[in-house]
Amino acid sequence: MPVFEAKDIYKKFDKTEVLKGVSFSIEEGEVLSIIGSSGSGKTTLLRCVNFLETPDLGQFYLRGNLLFDASDKKGISEKEIRQKRLHFGMVFQSFNLFPQYTAFDNICLAPMLLAKSRPDYKKNKAIIKDEIEHNAESLLKKVGLSDKMDNYPCQLSGGQQQRVAIARALALKPEILCFDEPTSALDPEITVEVLAVMKELAAEKMTMLVVTHEMGFAREVSDKVIFMDDGVIAESGTAEEIFGNPQTKRLREFLSVMK
Amino acid sequence: MSFYDVTLVLANGFIISLIIFVITLLIGIPLGLPIALCSMSKFAPLRYLSKTVVWIVRGVPLMLQIFIIYYVPGLLFGNPIFANIDRYIIDNFTISNSGGLSDMILKSMGGLCAVLIAFSINYACYFSEIYRGGIESISKGQYEAGQVLGMTKSQVFRKVILLQVIKRIVPPMSNEIITLIKDTALANCITIPEIIMQAKNLAASKQIIWPLFYSGVFYLLFVGLLTILLGRLEKKLDYFRS
Ligand SMILES: Nc1ncnc2c1ncn2[C@@H]1O[C@H](COP(=O)(O)OP(=O)(O)OP(=O)(O)O)[C@@H](O)[C@H]1O
Ligand SMILES: [Mg+2]
Repeated sequence: MPVFEAKDIYKKFDKTEVLKGVSFSIEEGEVLSIIGSSGSGKTTLLRCVNFLETPDLGQFYLRGNLLFDASDKKGISEKEIRQKRLHFGMVFQSFNLFPQYTAFDNICLAPMLLAKSRPDYKKNKAIIKDEIEHNAESLLKKVGLSDKMDNYPCQLSGGQQQRVAIARALALKPEILCFDEPTSALDPEITVEVLAVMKELAAEKMTMLVVTHEMGFAREVSDKVIFMDDGVIAESGTAEEIFGNPQTKRLREFLSVMK
Repeated sequence: MSFYDVTLVLANGFIISLIIFVITLLIGIPLGLPIALCSMSKFAPLRYLSKTVVWIVRGVPLMLQIFIIYYVPGLLFGNPIFANIDRYIIDNFTISNSGGLSDMILKSMGGLCAVLIAFSINYACYFSEIYRGGIESISKGQYEAGQVLGMTKSQVFRKVILLQVIKRIVPPMSNEIITLIKDTALANCITIPEIIMQAKNLAASKQIIWPLFYSGVFYLLFVGLLTILLGRLEKKLDYFRS
């Protein structure tokens, strides 16, 4: 059973239809890459998955259970959305670290706030805090930034900021980690260090949904690739199928431009 | 009149200037926030109302606003509140003519109230625009990053946005605060005995003009102090960039 499934997602802004019936699924431990030209709706799709946008039509399923249904007329409360969001992590193109917190505190902030709503928080305050801080330390180690934990974002390079952002997303132990062009704001030589962290996560069987313009990375790491064109999935398949044997003219054109 | 005596008279006047300054800030700084929130409201009528009020308050000279607050309740509604305050004080307090600070304040209590209302509203409107600019300048990405981490809207505002806004508004707020101490001189238009009024009174009664120029030194020293303090606050927030 797929860990996550999107069914017939539609989304329009004012008059422009951005997603016109997008369906895909992702298995546990898989890396699913989404490629496609600018404006094809990749970011919008990822934002829908993270409840930053609300689809006009369609459903999300998590392990076979309905997570969201756009036709559900009751609507969902803020609180429900917050809970549903926690299944997903999101890494933004522009990092969006909190500038007034150190790398370490960026990672600890959300887990600490969440812990406060736990019923046993008062009783086990010290243990919980310890646990969160310990987790943050090991995440920083994992992204290779143990020595930068006390640095503020403005004291870190773009690549380092993005790695902190990945650690921050991981701190909440999401089931699916989403990336929206995580390296496109970075210099090419710095891109490598972020991709290395993502490859490591893939090797550890983290389920990942990656919008990327890094074709080499997509080909090497992805289990499945989706090619989006003008709001629909024009082609999908394994990395080998998509890059080795593209079927549609649009995909062939896209790949030749990306080279 | 000796230099020392003049200094004493002007110092008393400047304390009244400072009272207007401090109370205006105490009311104006918090009052600016709801006005800013109204100006950003999704509910259009509230937004337009708030923006219209801000436009009027920022578009009309503060001196005129003092006159309006002071005279209009009596002229239009037959209820001269500020004159009534003065009458109440005369009836219930014994005021000597010694020129002592507390006597001076009591004597001009009605006008002082009008001035404080006019100043507080005026500065709250200026502050609200600074707050609005500060809040709107924070990138959407900061809110979204907080939201995808499961924070509530209020947590995002308190833990992520607020300090960044404060950092951004400190420089423009500093400018307004420095303008405010000089604006307090406008209170003399309804004969509040602030420092300029005192200097003018000396000029009239003692035929000496130099105290008027000397009064500038008080402002200068205080603005210098403010500049240092606000500069320190700005430095304190220098540890991050956003
Ligand atoms: N909030 C919005 N309001 C109006 N239109 C929007 C909004 N967000 C996106 N769009 C439009 O939706 C279309 C798809 O945008 P989206 O950002 O999803 O594309 P993308 O595939 O991520 O492109 P890129 O590769 O440039 O990031 C674009 O035409 C964009 O102008
Ligand atoms: Mg995009």
